[in-house]
Amino acid sequence: MEKIKKVLLLGSGALKIGEAGEFDYSGSQALKAMKEEGIETVLINPNIATVQTSDGFADKIYFLPVTPYFVERVIEKERPDGILLSFGGQTALNCGVELFESGVLEKHGVKVLGTPVQAIKDTEDRELFVKKLDEIDVKTIKSEAVESTEQALAAAERLGYPVIVRAAYALGGLGSGFCDNAEELVTLTEKAFAFSPQVLVEKSLKGWKEVEYEVVRDCYDNCITVCNMENFDPLGIHTGESIVVAPSQTLSNDDYHYLRQLAIKIIRHIGIVGECNVQYAYDPDSMDYRVIEVNARLSRSSALASKATGYPLAFVAAKLGLGYGLFELKNSVTKETSAFFEPALDYIVCKIPRWDLGKFHGVRREIGSSMKSVGEVMAIGRTFEEVIQKGLRMIGQGMHGFVGNRDLKIEDMDKALKEPTDKRIFVIAKAMREGYTVERIHELTKIDRWFLQKLQHIIDTERELEQVNDIAAVEPELLRSAKQQGFSDFQIARAVRKGNFDSFADSAAVRSLRKSCGIVPVVKQIDTLAAEYPAMTNYLYLTYNGSENDVTYLHDHRSVVVLGSGAYRIGSSVEFDWCSVNALMTVKEQGWRSVMINYNPETVSTDYDMCDRLYFDELTYERVMDILELESPHGVILSVGGQIPNNLATRLDDAGVNILGTSASCIDNAEDRHKFSAMLDRLGIDQPRWRELTSFADIDDFIREVGFPVLVRPSYVLSGAAMNVCSNEEELHRFLRLAANVSKQHPVVVSEFIQNAKEIEMDAVAQDGEIKLYAISEHIEFAGVHSGDATIQFPPQKLYVETMRRIKKVSAQIAKALKISGPFNIQFLAKNNDIKVIECNLRASRSFPFVSKVLKLNFIDLATRVMLGEKVEKPSKSLFDLDYVGIKASQFSFSRLQGADPVLGVDMASTGEVGCIGDDTDEALLKAMLSVGHRIPRRSVLLSTGTPRQKADMLEAAHMLHRHGLKIYATEGTHRFLVENGVPAVRVYWPSDPEGQPQALDLLHDKLIDMVVNLPKNLSSAELSNGYKIRRAAIDLNIPLLTNARLASTFIRAFTSMPLEDIQIKSWDEYK
Amino acid sequence: MRQTRKAVLMLEDGTCFEGKSFGYEAATAGEVVFNTAMTGYPESLTDPSYEGQILVTTYPILGNYGVPPETVKDDVSEYLESSRIHCRAIIAQDYSWEPSHWLATRSLHEWLRDEKIPGLYGIDTRALTKHLREKGSMLGKIYFESPDEVEFDDPNSENLIAKVSCPEVQHHGEGDKTIVLVDCGTKFNIIRCLTRRGVKVVRVPWNYDFNTIPFDGLFISNGPGNPDFAEETVVNIRKAMETGKPICGICMGNQLLAKAAGATTYKLKYGHRSHNQPVRMTGTNTCYVTSQNHGFAVDDTKLGDDWEPLFVNMNDGTNEGIRHKTKPFFSAQFHPEASSGPRDTEFIFDRFLEMVRNHG
Repeated sequence: MEKIKKVLLLGSGALKIGEAGEFDYSGSQALKAMKEEGIETVLINPNIATVQTSDGFADKIYFLPVTPYFVERVIEKERPDGILLSFGGQTALNCGVELFESGVLEKHGVKVLGTPVQAIKDTEDRELFVKKLDEIDVKTIKSEAVESTEQALAAAERLGYPVIVRAAYALGGLGSGFCDNAEELVTLTEKAFAFSPQVLVEKSLKGWKEVEYEVVRDCYDNCITVCNMENFDPLGIHTGESIVVAPSQTLSNDDYHYLRQLAIKIIRHIGIVGECNVQYAYDPDSMDYRVIEVNARLSRSSALASKATGYPLAFVAAKLGLGYGLFELKNSVTKETSAFFEPALDYIVCKIPRWDLGKFHGVRREIGSSMKSVGEVMAIGRTFEEVIQKGLRMIGQGMHGFVGNRDLKIEDMDKALKEPTDKRIFVIAKAMREGYTVERIHELTKIDRWFLQKLQHIIDTERELEQVNDIAAVEPELLRSAKQQGFSDFQIARAVRKGNFDSFADSAAVRSLRKSCGIVPVVKQIDTLAAEYPAMTNYLYLTYNGSENDVTYLHDHRSVVVLGSGAYRIGSSVEFDWCSVNALMTVKEQGWRSVMINYNPETVSTDYDMCDRLYFDELTYERVMDILELESPHGVILSVGGQIPNNLATRLDDAGVNILGTSASCIDNAEDRHKFSAMLDRLGIDQPRWRELTSFADIDDFIREVGFPVLVRPSYVLSGAAMNVCSNEEELHRFLRLAANVSKQHPVVVSEFIQNAKEIEMDAVAQDGEIKLYAISEHIEFAGVHSGDATIQFPPQKLYVETMRRIKKVSAQIAKALKISGPFNIQFLAKNNDIKVIECNLRASRSFPFVSKVLKLNFIDLATRVMLGEKVEKPSKSLFDLDYVGIKASQFSFSRLQGADPVLGVDMASTGEVGCIGDDTDEALLKAMLSVGHRIPRRSVLLSTGTPRQKADMLEAAHMLHRHGLKIYATEGTHRFLVENGVPAVRVYWPSDPEGQPQALDLLHDKLIDMVVNLPKNLSSAELSNGYKIRRAAIDLNIPLLTNARLASTFIRAFTSMPLEDIQIKSWDEYK
Repeated sequence: MRQTRKAVLMLEDGTCFEGKSFGYEAATAGEVVFNTAMTGYPESLTDPSYEGQILVTTYPILGNYGVPPETVKDDVSEYLESSRIHCRAIIAQDYSWEPSHWLATRSLHEWLRDEKIPGLYGIDTRALTKHLREKGSMLGKIYFESPDEVEFDDPNSENLIAKVSCPEVQHHGEGDKTIVLVDCGTKFNIIRCLTRRGVKVVRVPWNYDFNTIPFDGLFISNGPGNPDFAEETVVNIRKAMETGKPICGICMGNQLLAKAAGATTYKLKYGHRSHNQPVRMTGTNTCYVTSQNHGFAVDDTKLGDDWEPLFVNMNDGTNEGIRHKTKPFFSAQFHPEASSGPRDTEFIFDRFLEMVRNHG
């Protein structure tokens, strides 16, 4: 084989539902593998917050959209001789296949490394796939490919309901679902056709087991299965939505090897070189099976399998792509034995998805064949009870495990069990508490009795604990057994103390009781060979099912523990992984042993070669203390992992832990709303007026003082979003009555909401209260869009010098007052030159990687050195020296969230982001918007631009659209306004006006519109319903949608003034 | 909390592990070995190669799918590997009292109880395994109240092959070719793999002089313990070699064929017992994931000049099979019949029967 010298790797772009952090992990591993071979690497990935787009991973990085147009431009410039398509999810794969088909790769002499494109196509196209497997008599789910709704109905008639519908060539089950009848089928197929010209209708196998195998093959035809996994939830729930265990638990040896053998037969026949995943439906009452699908690329499951086994799938797959045989590679854990082997696990892992459905208006809570979860956790232990309870704590939604949680209100238990939602597992807990038998729950859920029986054990133990009334009276044997079933000290205390429960004091009592009985967890290593050979790495977890530690502790205080960020969720994702990884690297560089605690299998920080010791375990106070007591570290860094570690500050401090950087009491002074506000008053720093209120009357009084609109934050939310902006009495009362509780126990924070104000971010690092490094960035949108959803520009291009000066001054005052040593972030509102502080976090913020990479000064490295006590100098460079602009834009996943209103507000809704660099705002913005899925309209745009003020704001943009030759469709008011102001437009009718023609919805369905700008006026019900229908249709029909006037104007200006061809293809290092 | 009796595993070096009893409640002793397979306890427990051993499973949760029925198909047990449990005891971290599988007719606990075999759970099997890895396989005993309940017992001091071999000649299957299967403790799946391929199997006791009966090919089975006890078999194999008829061996069969070819065997520190042993066919880029269960290995440096290694273990370089350079004699240290474990090497039976059909 010809020696490859330069390789292009396609990333997966912004994190979205169905395509998340796992591809940062796979891509990083592939880059490491290439580096080891001395191969030059070029990476295209606009996701600036990733680890793979950091210094030292790829030789050249392009923050550009992963689309055929841009990839071809990069190929022309870089002239790579090889391309890796399977490390950037479906995005990279689809883009690569397109480039191959159009002959671009051949034209430029770029060889596809690893799995050949034909093999990819054989797995992606359902018809080809079924045909391919028919050739070797492997059974697939018989489906009929249809190209119209009529054909779909006929197919379903032949197959018999229930049927499943899926769109071909779609990631993570987009546009797919189950239909019990013709009516449901019509609705669903229409949506599916928006994503794909081909839709598949197939017989549903609801209730079968779902099992997957991760298979590896080298070019010598040697095959191994690295891992198998079994879904807790039966078939019918997307594997990304399922609780999954590895290895399989309910398969006998015959079952296991029957499916394993089939998987190998399949991978050989398809001709994969590298890694693939085979998903099966498996009959619970015989050895009948169907192959559901084969993913001819690294996937979420393969990332999970890597973490579950310690086998670096992506790394190995990359090497195999270069022509290595498995026998030529070493097992990277033992560093001695061969990489040609199948890991033996001596533990069980459990993956649990994390949903954030509560953040969305109108979204359906049911989980099914299409993915809605935004993140996942992996728990490791030595009993199923232990891992499920650990995992349920890790998902971080206020749950304490399988039991010991706040009571769920369920109206119809049978229905709740039959129709799973994001709360399913807790519904099972409640059903068991109410006396539902394992058998009955099995009938309703089809979950294997084995899993249910184990859950029943947890309920039984809780009952036993409830028989005891005093913590001191819990028998050691019961205590140990509860801990072996994954009970936390909190859960035990709550079960024993019931109504008299004091969470901190009673949990502490359980902790000291068990320690006095010698009931402490032990540390075990993940070594891929179940202890048959010694492991050279420290990939660790804690368990109560064991009697001996695998690790010896030196107690020399030479280690530094970094707390990670936990499950990806809306508001906390890959950016904190980047922060954690960078902190670990600096800790190591500074001569300390680096220790990581985190439990997110999608991350690079949980790669065991990123640190000296990785504890893949919980970030609860209890578990962190368990680890610190074993490690006796020099100190702990909790300011790089987002809010989860930050929240532990006070308790860890009380326990005498050395928190590195800003002190816990100062963190508390910033976190506590009252203390922080008082401090600002003392310093004479302005803030929006706010009050914590406990009755409707008080709320009305306060609003009389500040006026509408107001920002309302209830402390107890019944349903829907946790925050809302209310612009009038009606909205306020509706929100508070329907969505929240107002009482003495549940106060509501009401703040003045300043309209048309700019929002500005200050990201900085201080030492002993003095700012050493800072970045000021401005939001494109006006305040009111959550900073996590906003489009952010750095350095700011439109701020007054005076505003910048004031922000610096106020930030310096705050840094001094809070004696900050480490990273922090302050959010400001600015109107004219007045600035007000909205929020201050004494930790790294979401924008740290973005500003670090644009400014090319690593904020986390500096912050970590500060926290380690090194005296640091102010860097000589500042944001005023930059001759280019960075734009951070948000990625939304509304298309996956059926029913959710795709409108932005004060609560965050985006699932990911990109960051692109350009010579000016237009160029950077275009790159960024195209990276998050926007397209430049070619023919027409639909405008409905809200309030008179918004209409006026959008007028110039409308002129530009017109001058650019685009046809403008507009709804009633907008139409009138445009025509009056000299912009020709075609009037279209709202859904509430069904007589008029043309109907806006029809135009969308007929694909006559390339882009929708829909600015909601307010939350009045008619407005919501009309606007909602248009917005939702745009999303469901995959038409780019903009709902913010400022962003829409900026984007329109950019694409009307700059043609695509003028966008420069410049790598990160070319911006100097 | 389930009330179970406490029991202790004591190793010959004095190390003790306290656990909880399931299955049959009785003290017992044997050689303690670990297996890193994640499935296959019914197969392993009935594998005669485990005769005299206390089996430690490193996968922590045992008994999940219960025990299949004792139905008979083609005159051998349909799901098990012999007619009884050969392990002296089985040890895991956690035991599933309520199994779940459509094929299960009883729980592991019930089966062990019926077969009078003790089980132990609640033991840190990882710590135990590391101990065995560092110190080597060692004797152990399980007791309930006092260590005096039972003496340590070294199964390797006796001829285990004689203990597990069939007492008399038995016939399995139909076909135009006759294979003599020397039963050193054969797993039923070797018989199934042969009969399924349409040959007649004459299963003979380990020390039976098969050279006195007509056959087309010779197959030497797996079996427990030290191969040195089977000198009689080695002598018979040497005699058979002179006829030039195809010979194949598995596990113990590999060791006995190697001895017949002039090599010696030695005891491994802690053996190979797992489903994930990587094996490479010498001189090729072809590798196999194999199922293994052996405590002794062949020293292939002492093979006669006409012989060569056929397979080698990719982890520790030990011998995994031999072949004659010109004659149809070959063998594998691993288990191509699997059961339990991966089935990637079942082609060995095809190769052997090809040789048989092509020979004379």
